[in-house]
Amino acid sequence: MVRVRGLTTRIGGRVLHDNLDLELWPGEVLGVVGGSGSGKSVLLRTIIGLIQPEAGAIEVLGEDMLRLDDVALRALESRWGVLFQDAALFSSLSVAQNIAVPLRERLAMAPPLLDEITRLKLALVGLPADTGGKFPAELSGGMRKRAGLARALALDPQLLFLDEPTAGLDPIAAGAFDALIRDLRLSLGLTVFMVTHDLDSLIAICDRIAVLVDKRLIIGTMAELLRNPHPWIQAYFRGPRGRAALAGKDGQAVG
Amino acid sequence: MQSAEAGFDIHPEGDAFVLRAAGRWLVASAGALDAALRRLSGIAPGRRLRIDLAGVERLDTAGAWLLLRTSRAFAAHGVVTSFENVAPDFAPLLDQVAKGEPPSLPPARHEGLVERLVDGIAAVGERTVEAALAGRDLVGFFGLVTVTLLRTLRRPALLRWASLVTQMDRTGVSALPIVGLLSFLIGVVIAYQGADQLRRFGAEIFTVNLLGIGILRELGVLLTAIIVAGRSGSAFTAEIGAMEVNEEIDAMRTLGLDPIEVLVLPRLIGLVLTLPLLAAYADFMSLFGGGLMSWVALGIPPPLFVRQLHEAIGEWTFWVGILKAPFFAATIAQVGCHAGFQVSRSAESVGRLTTLSVVRSIFLVIIIDAAFSVFYSRVGI
Repeated sequence: MVRVRGLTTRIGGRVLHDNLDLELWPGEVLGVVGGSGSGKSVLLRTIIGLIQPEAGAIEVLGEDMLRLDDVALRALESRWGVLFQDAALFSSLSVAQNIAVPLRERLAMAPPLLDEITRLKLALVGLPADTGGKFPAELSGGMRKRAGLARALALDPQLLFLDEPTAGLDPIAAGAFDALIRDLRLSLGLTVFMVTHDLDSLIAICDRIAVLVDKRLIIGTMAELLRNPHPWIQAYFRGPRGRAALAGKDGQAVG
Repeated sequence: MQSAEAGFDIHPEGDAFVLRAAGRWLVASAGALDAALRRLSGIAPGRRLRIDLAGVERLDTAGAWLLLRTSRAFAAHGVVTSFENVAPDFAPLLDQVAKGEPPSLPPARHEGLVERLVDGIAAVGERTVEAALAGRDLVGFFGLVTVTLLRTLRRPALLRWASLVTQMDRTGVSALPIVGLLSFLIGVVIAYQGADQLRRFGAEIFTVNLLGIGILRELGVLLTAIIVAGRSGSAFTAEIGAMEVNEEIDAMRTLGLDPIEVLVLPRLIGLVLTLPLLAAYADFMSLFGGGLMSWVALGIPPPLFVRQLHEAIGEWTFWVGILKAPFFAATIAQVGCHAGFQVSRSAESVGRLTTLSVVRSIFLVIIIDAAFSVFYSRVGI
């Protein structure tokens, strides 16, 4: 779905990625972790074309991102959905209007159908129907994230980019969000690229984990990474929080 | 009915109707399919409808919703509906969409002339109440600021001196070029227009009186106040509004800082000190422009202009104008800051309130100016 080869990114004179490789397989959920400021969000933004890399090749859904013209890029953009860190809902539009934006912009649809699909998406992400009439400022953080996810899913994308979907949510809301993404992935057949810091969601929904260390990605399943001797990876997964999250998983498996 | 990629056909088969869906039932084709599916009808209650998905290559939530909606619409008319040949890949999707059924729309209310008229009257009432409440809120804010000001004046160490100086620089010093240029031009225009009219009576020399009285009493200070309301009043609203959006104001409160003391007082005091100075500067620049124009167009040399000006204006004329400036300044600063605190957490409200703050402060400035005219005529200056 996504293939990145030899990516080098430089922001403000600082090299964030140096000869980075990444492959995202169809139908999987890939979690990207890394220290603060290591360039996880920058990687996401580079893949979706918001940041120009210095060198390397990026292929998304079989298209070469760096050689696309505007028309082809717009067509490609409608095949993926992005949930930004703070949801990035348009604050002057109601939630329903926010979800309808991509549908309105890209497709010719009769207003009743537009309305039905908007409400369907709201229900899909678990928001009550009356949320549609509210404005982003009136919503809690968790509801904003759900509304942002509904907007990202508006065009039924094959590929979903999530930037810290559970950051700032309480554990119950974060758990519900994880379950939501897992359900949607099963029913909609989504491929998910997820930047996260949440060890619990890594364990709960990610098939593979990519660790951004030393400007490269080390990709593997949780079991493989636990065996990796790199000190940062060991500190990340074997630290007190990592151990607690892993213990919770084992407990679940036993219970 | 065929669209480019997706389609269906429907025909009777034995005792039932069969709807065969085929192709890619994706959101991109949903618009065309929607129109075609809505036209379906004519199955008698009690008959059966089988929806056959064998030909469907791909399905997404929009496609699944269209199929479910059609099935439900017929079911509501007493037709027995069923799905068949659902590929295992599509089953969870159909389930998910069925779970998230959007509630049916409330029937649209038909609006007659009377209802619209009533709505219109109600809207006028709502607006009036809103405006009255906003006015009360603004007066409350004036009171709060006054109390904070008095408390701070008793302990001047509490005043943010650095911030005060910054504000005076931003609202005063950096406004000098634009205020100077506009005042100069207004002086030129008044001298030219005045001379044109007064020449008919052979009274060109009274252009100087017109300039002196008009500019010193009214125009200099009013023009300055309007420029400052547009320049600095809007900036106050936008600055404080953006801080409100970022929750900086709330953070300030939790840190034990009083936003009125930290944000409003430096702006208020700064503007009250600078606006009279700006107005005096505007007076001077207008008279300079007027004098220059009188010299060029009327042949009144500068010494004569100055002598005539001395005769025209009384000792109070200059102060009549300048005395109004602090009141204008206090109004502009407080209206601007107040609007900033009203911002809710959206980008759009920052823009709306900035506009509102400029309109309100210019409106109030002109009202206060009118009140001063009444006051001055009562006391006889």
